[in-house]
Amino acid sequence: MTASSSGDWQPSATLEVLKLRAQMLQSIRAFFSQRDVLEVETPILSAAATTDPALASFTTRYTGPLFAQGKTFYLHTSPEFPMKRLLAAGVGSIYQICKVFRDGESGRLHNPEFTMLEWYRVDFDHYRLMNEIEELIMQVLSPHMPLQAAERFSYREVFQRYIELDPHTASIQDFAAAAKTHGINISQNLRAQNDVCAWRDLLLTHLIEPKLGQGRLTFIHDYPAAQASLARLQPGDPPLAARFELYLNGIELANGFHELADAHEQRTRFERQAQTRHTLALPAMPVDERLLAALEKSLPNCAGVALGLDRLVMLAASKRSLAEVIAFAIDRA
Amino acid sequence: MATYNTNEFKAGLKVMLDGDPASIVENEFVKPGKGQAFSRVRIRNLKNGRTIERTFKSGETIEAADVVDVEMQYLYSDEQFWHFMNPESFEQMAADKNAVGDNAKWLKEQEVCIITLWNGVPLTVEPPNTVALKVTETDPGLKGDTSGGGGKPATLETGAVVRVPLFIQIGETIKVNTRTGEYLSRA
Repeated sequence: MTASSSGDWQPSATLEVLKLRAQMLQSIRAFFSQRDVLEVETPILSAAATTDPALASFTTRYTGPLFAQGKTFYLHTSPEFPMKRLLAAGVGSIYQICKVFRDGESGRLHNPEFTMLEWYRVDFDHYRLMNEIEELIMQVLSPHMPLQAAERFSYREVFQRYIELDPHTASIQDFAAAAKTHGINISQNLRAQNDVCAWRDLLLTHLIEPKLGQGRLTFIHDYPAAQASLARLQPGDPPLAARFELYLNGIELANGFHELADAHEQRTRFERQAQTRHTLALPAMPVDERLLAALEKSLPNCAGVALGLDRLVMLAASKRSLAEVIAFAIDRA
Repeated sequence: MATYNTNEFKAGLKVMLDGDPASIVENEFVKPGKGQAFSRVRIRNLKNGRTIERTFKSGETIEAADVVDVEMQYLYSDEQFWHFMNPESFEQMAADKNAVGDNAKWLKEQEVCIITLWNGVPLTVEPPNTVALKVTETDPGLKGDTSGGGGKPATLETGAVVRVPLFIQIGETIKVNTRTGEYLSRA
């Protein structure tokens, strides 16, 4: 046994911040309690996993009664699938505060395990859910920081506003030219990138996000269909995803959808993601057949959102990194 | 050829960037919740000292630079080269004008400097943070003025010119901060 030589047994957050964190959790629970949104818990260990190529699941193994030979389980990257199964079972509006796990993600704004606040509102569309998010965050943050009225822009509007580019029609060459004009210095590999979604992510994270949500909540909605994830598509030219993201002080706080309820379309998206994983030589993930079965039975019309709670605490506490608001960040775990 | 993956990026890592050796100053992991991950680094070109930003796709690899820092004692200059010696192995090495640059004016014989070697050749020479140097030329100050207010230029034995308090006289040894070029105290 080796004793750690430094003081890294100590929390990475101050006790003052941990108290603030506890207060915020109480405030959030009170908010949902007043609105009759039910708190639920779903499994962290899952037999299936997300197929999203942008997310990497941790794997672990259970051996014992039921699975004498052992069975692989995945730590969830979000509680979305089992929460949708509860919705399909008729539970009504629900929320959950839980730890989620993402391999490969560590940095100032990332920790491989972090706390997610996820909630679903039956009979809401994503616009109505944005109103509720605004009310929640105003309640939770206003004692700690002044906030101006929230604003909303479409994905296209923010691209046009900050980099004079239409993200839906721009070609790879247009994206590359915009990166150059706006002085993003990128590696040769990135310059040769021919995936439109990666280009959008590059420009969004480097040139647009830092300007979003300065002293106010900024919602971005109407995402390109290729970045729909689990959102419904709205017909049109181009078709847009009923998805939104929320930013405050340049930091991505939440991602929400008017939830896709079509089991067939969901299966097609899972298969497409599996194909992408294969192309990128990423490990194959078992598709969540139980989610698909629930969707087939029928998911009520609903909107849902996932909010990074650590980031919210970080903003309330005026800190710069997640480590300062998590009792023990990964390097002290 | 050694390489580093973006997961290995951290401050101080020496890599090849556009054909020049460079040192990572800061590495930031950037990733939208549902999207492509990037490594956004601030990186200093060790040849020209300039710091720039560069973004890599997560998972990319870049070539490592064979760069090491060694402590060496400054011996003398023959105008073209500055000669140093490893105090343990007595191995000698010559740094050229590009490597020494403006720091030449702080180099005093016997002082131990940090030499950054790239592929075994001196790339930069860093003098100690503070050096003690003799004043070789300065205007005589007012007698009895010890306030330190005002100040005057003084030329030091290595040729450096620094601003010193009025009471400092020719022949005195003073301590100077080599990073800022400021007078610190009498030695």
